[in-house]
Amino acid sequence: MADDTVVGSAATSTTRAMFDYAPAPESRSVVDIASSYGLFIDGEFTDPVDGRSFKTISPASEEVLAEVSEASERDVDLAVRAARNAHTKVWSKMSGRERSKYLFRIARIIQERSRELAVLESLDNGKPIRESRDVDVPLVAAYFFYYAGWADKLQYAGFGPDPRPLGVAGQVIPWNFPLLMLAWKIAPALAAGNTVVLKPAETTPLTSLLFAEICQQADLPPGVVNIVTGAGETGRAVVAHPDVDKVAFTGSTDVGRSIAQTVAGTTKSVTLELGGKAANIVFDDAPVDQAVEGIVNGIFFNQGHVCCAGSRLLVQESVAQDVLDRLKRRMATLRLGDPLDKNTDIGAINSAEQLAKIRSLSDVGEAEGAGRWSPACDLPQHGFWFPPTIFTGVSQAHRIAREEIFGPVLSVITFRTPAEAVEKANNTPFGLSAGVWTDKGSRILWMADRLRAGVVWANTFNKFDPTSPFGGYKESGYGREGGRHGLEAYLAK
Amino acid sequence: MTALLPDVAEVTSSDASLRRFLHGLPGVDQVGAEARAAELATRSIKTTAKEFAIDLAITMVDLTTLEGQDTPGKVRALSAKAMRPDPADPTCPAVAAVCIYPDMVGVAKQTLGESGVRVASVATAFPSGRAAREIKLADTRNAVAAGADEIDMVIDRGAFLSGRYLEVYEEILAVREACARPDGSEAHLKVIFETGELQTFDNIRRISWLAMMAGAHFIKTSTGKVQPAATMPGTLVMLEAVRDFRDVTGTMVGVKPAGGIRASKEAIRYLVMVNEIAGADWLDPAWFRFGASTLLNDLLMQRTKMKTGHYTGPDYFTLD
Repeated sequence: MADDTVVGSAATSTTRAMFDYAPAPESRSVVDIASSYGLFIDGEFTDPVDGRSFKTISPASEEVLAEVSEASERDVDLAVRAARNAHTKVWSKMSGRERSKYLFRIARIIQERSRELAVLESLDNGKPIRESRDVDVPLVAAYFFYYAGWADKLQYAGFGPDPRPLGVAGQVIPWNFPLLMLAWKIAPALAAGNTVVLKPAETTPLTSLLFAEICQQADLPPGVVNIVTGAGETGRAVVAHPDVDKVAFTGSTDVGRSIAQTVAGTTKSVTLELGGKAANIVFDDAPVDQAVEGIVNGIFFNQGHVCCAGSRLLVQESVAQDVLDRLKRRMATLRLGDPLDKNTDIGAINSAEQLAKIRSLSDVGEAEGAGRWSPACDLPQHGFWFPPTIFTGVSQAHRIAREEIFGPVLSVITFRTPAEAVEKANNTPFGLSAGVWTDKGSRILWMADRLRAGVVWANTFNKFDPTSPFGGYKESGYGREGGRHGLEAYLAK
Repeated sequence: MTALLPDVAEVTSSDASLRRFLHGLPGVDQVGAEARAAELATRSIKTTAKEFAIDLAITMVDLTTLEGQDTPGKVRALSAKAMRPDPADPTCPAVAAVCIYPDMVGVAKQTLGESGVRVASVATAFPSGRAAREIKLADTRNAVAAGADEIDMVIDRGAFLSGRYLEVYEEILAVREACARPDGSEAHLKVIFETGELQTFDNIRRISWLAMMAGAHFIKTSTGKVQPAATMPGTLVMLEAVRDFRDVTGTMVGVKPAGGIRASKEAIRYLVMVNEIAGADWLDPAWFRFGASTLLNDLLMQRTKMKTGHYTGPDYFTLD
């Protein structure tokens, strides 16, 4: 620089005070958490028959949040009876227009109580408030609004002139998007005229129970929505109950397989939304800075606890180093910590069990010779934490390229040609989603035709919309949720 | 990063080769760039971080008046404000510069004296840039001779949009030469793109590289005379460009969004973006500026609020 009095040098900048973001925690006081919760059956919170309960904790601090009832087979039976009764006497007789009023009312209450729901979701699940506030809860309301609109238009949905509800739906949902998965299940079921018995995951029951309060607030007829909390046993009881007409499950492929076995030979219809090992494919002509954002969003969104996470980065060899350098620089700016801090990007791993699984698969990756890298990152003392991690030099033969890790761990694989990218992307037992990054529109369409994945995102990733169907190929499950297609799973033709 | 260092002489040897280089830069996906800017805007800057950001933002203001009705009186008042933005609080820092038309440089220089507040003059037939090359250069030399520390030039958007990249490049080179003073020093050159007229993010990335290769000290979004002026995503693309340019050449270039930034909240969002996209090295008035006029009073009002715990009315801050 010719004139140092005008423009400072980069050297002096190292001594400058840094722009440290002060803590900006969202207030916990917006939500009242009861010390214990009953089961929500027939419109009331009731104690479980045998009085068993379990604790739900905050994964960020391991603090106990509440005592939650554990539903036994008998409790599930009561819930299914309540749902059947409500279906026969009230809900199936009600006009679509009346049903839609209840759904619209629920959607509006969700919006009104969005802050409360977001804080509770972040407390119980560990996800950053930025995501629960800006992604989860707005989508929850959007799904209810969307399906509310369908309730009086079912005869125009393309499933016959007079589509009828199936009856009672037994629904089991996972812990990664507790409230959003509830919305994906309950909104279309109710719109189509079914009643539901829903079991939330044992580590994240609280927002489902708050949703039960919202059903009361909306004056939803008793028994239309029943929430039974518990673990695997409770879920099995819901799925196996003889009076359940429809089973809907989102979760691991192993559990999905056993559900398929349970319902085999019965008249129950089933939709399963299971695991994934999605390829996020970056071509050499990709908009590179946005592709890096898409990679970050693909695998580090919700700590990688996303069934459609872009856990395999397929990057064209000619730009691999540049993309990796940019990715690492970007990862160094991710802020890990208190999920309730509004500036947190990466929250806590949902449970000790999940953390152990992520650790063990990451250790396998290292043992198999892949290069492991994480940015410098202080992990909090309490709670369950895992730093954002990438593995380079991964080949198709590595376990971390094949098995779902369900954590903030990315496997980086290179390819040379579009055909090789397709081949590698499809070379997995899963087929839930994929991403394609290129400036060339024709190549996006060419790829989308060949990728065996339920969702293919073009120059974006992890985007959800109630109008868009979502679901998998192969071991990622069957059936579609969302959109007009999502109604089909809840209608008899 | 690993992008190849451009051989500037070769790249600029012909219109065709400059075009090949600029069109070979990675594209910008509009949806993705806008989403990233929106995400950064959700950062919550509170307490100590907010105090830090407000004071930093004040030191980065190029306090601007660019009106046909400007008079020596107006410019003297603005200069006084630039040196002592808050007469009630001596701890309040001065702004970076006053930004004015060339014929007002002498008045500003006289008022600002040795205060350290710089005089930035627009030039090159600002704001349209529609004049002959000699006139633009004479405009620049005149401002430098009058004592301008910094020159804010406009590019020839017509030439850029019709693909005459080399013409734009050569004009920036020529203006940079016109910034030279007899004593061998030079006025610092800010190159205004008028992103509201270039419109696409691909264009913004290309003009950023073109201007940096031509020797711009600063790249600046807008004149303030065209809507939209500065936008978060447009500035984001420019911040990515200066970051990448330093990676391959080692040379740091400053960024100045100008026009439309009126609230402290917006200014803080820009600083978050600087911090997380270009990096902390750019958090310095030597490398980042705000072209603004009404922004300053809002910063002062927020600053007083942070110090005293309550808001005062606009009448407690000077209008100049």
